[in-house]
Amino acid sequence: MEKVFGRPKGLTEVPFSFCPGCTHGIIMRLIGEVLEELDIIEDTIGVSPVGCAGFSQDFFTCDFVGGPHGRAQAIGTGIKRALPDKIVFTYQGDGDIAGIGTQHAIHTAARGERITSIMVNNAIYGMTGGQMAPTTLAGMKTSTSPHGRDLVINGHPIDLPKTIATLDGAVYVASVSADSPKNIIQAKKAIKKAFQVQQAGLGFSFVSVLSTCPTNWGLSPQDSLQWLRDNMMPVYKLGELKVTEEVKNL
Amino acid sequence: MSKRVLMKGNEVIGQAAIEAGCKLFFGYPITPSTEIIEYLSKYLPKAGGTVLQAEDEIGAINMCYGAACTGTRVMTASSSPGMSLKQEGISYCAAAELPVVLVNVNRTGPGLGGLGPAQSDYFQSTKGGGHGDYRLIVLAPSKSQELYDMTLEAFDLAEKYRNPVLLLTDGFLGQMMEPVELKEKPASPEVDKSWIVDGAKGRKKRIIASYSLTNEIGEANNLRWEAKYKDIKEKEQRWEEFYAEDADYLIVSYGTTGRISKSVVLNARKKGIKLGLIRPISLWPFPEKAFIPYKDKVKGIVTVELNTGQMIEDVKLAVECKVPVHLYRRQGGMLPTEDEILANVEKVFNLASEEV
Repeated sequence: MEKVFGRPKGLTEVPFSFCPGCTHGIIMRLIGEVLEELDIIEDTIGVSPVGCAGFSQDFFTCDFVGGPHGRAQAIGTGIKRALPDKIVFTYQGDGDIAGIGTQHAIHTAARGERITSIMVNNAIYGMTGGQMAPTTLAGMKTSTSPHGRDLVINGHPIDLPKTIATLDGAVYVASVSADSPKNIIQAKKAIKKAFQVQQAGLGFSFVSVLSTCPTNWGLSPQDSLQWLRDNMMPVYKLGELKVTEEVKNL
Repeated sequence: MSKRVLMKGNEVIGQAAIEAGCKLFFGYPITPSTEIIEYLSKYLPKAGGTVLQAEDEIGAINMCYGAACTGTRVMTASSSPGMSLKQEGISYCAAAELPVVLVNVNRTGPGLGGLGPAQSDYFQSTKGGGHGDYRLIVLAPSKSQELYDMTLEAFDLAEKYRNPVLLLTDGFLGQMMEPVELKEKPASPEVDKSWIVDGAKGRKKRIIASYSLTNEIGEANNLRWEAKYKDIKEKEQRWEEFYAEDADYLIVSYGTTGRISKSVVLNARKKGIKLGLIRPISLWPFPEKAFIPYKDKVKGIVTVELNTGQMIEDVKLAVECKVPVHLYRRQGGMLPTEDEILANVEKVFNLASEEV
């Protein structure tokens, strides 16, 4: 019988270890497909962070480096400067890249570092058990904002792709979502373009993917998807936030 | 082909790094180390390398981490407060067993401190510094020629043991100009690079990381690192002895104060006092072996340090408390004179009457 659907070559045989309903697996699969379609598995070095996204080092078939919380882009910079002809990407959660690692997020983009960063935004710290993240929405309950995020005490959530899009070195910035088949197709297109931008050496490329965390949100997988649509999408607007002329001409 | 030049200490380190084949330097300016990044910014590109001024010290050490994963020779340099910021990354470099060369041009502390020379980062440098149980190979030069020679060697040592190597100098050595012979580096020994990441072409993927969620694997890792540290401790202890063989009393001092202490020894000998010097060159591993012939023989030891007394703990351990060990120290950027060190040696051991 002809096999019509299987694992992309960019993913290993290691089964995903994520909670039921978590969309990390979908996003990793998209990257795995892109690595295969662009035929860059053997030329790519991934960088994993700390948190649930840190498991990525086991799931891809390309070389991987894992480092401290928030530092993946600095590590990626070191790898790319040493091996400018290779493809380097970071796979980071929102707490990692928009919280403890913000200085690297800003400066990697400003330098126009020829790497690709994928941010998985579920508005919460997943691995440590559901604490408030820099992306936690106003009023959202977490274990460290048990009465809901109070904007007076905790300040406002950060829309990182919007910030990154203001920096000249960032040439492609997209905000996508993994909640529905239609949005997953859009997400894959954005991820693929981000890698193509790097292949062409045009500058820094960044894709933020809205994701769910049913375990720490306290919702079923199905309700989580609806919660993402109702609450996250109005704050974190989807679309290609920045596409320079050079990227358009790719 | 070697040539003799007059250069500032920090620039000597930069030149040696180029000669050693360092291809990437990631750093952030901080006095009194800044001439290292300035010198390399000017000359490393001409040697086919790159200098990247990072957003901060944390960025710089993690860029070193990434570059070292590819097997490329890489270095960063800073001074005390900057080294504090790097400690997290250094712990990760040690855990991932990456050959990164680090330079600390020690200034005073704690806090922002001042720009003068200090040895107040001895504990931080030799006992781990960052979290977890790891060791750096720590080399302590005392003059420009050693800045050059030890920087060259640091790259080979880092690759040989797959371990970060720290060159611990100070604001005095970094800023001082003196003649130095720029020797050509002998070829580096071939090292195994089957661990690097450079794209999994025709081979299985590799992961460089230090994450272990199982305690059994965690302990196995710790035992592996421990075995490596034991090996280094056995093979890489370095020190210089100066009039030590027949000495009744010893000064133990490294770096800048080790150099001053040589004059102290000569002055003491003129007065008939049998004083000698042990100058530790490797601070980790601490040269315990140097003390074996002396711990049952000498009457007393004075450590001369630019801190509240840090290395003295290792000296006491090395002589197994068989010899009284005293401390003479200056702090906050002050350097002791030869006369005040000798006066202190005479005082603590009641030697004034032994004068001839």
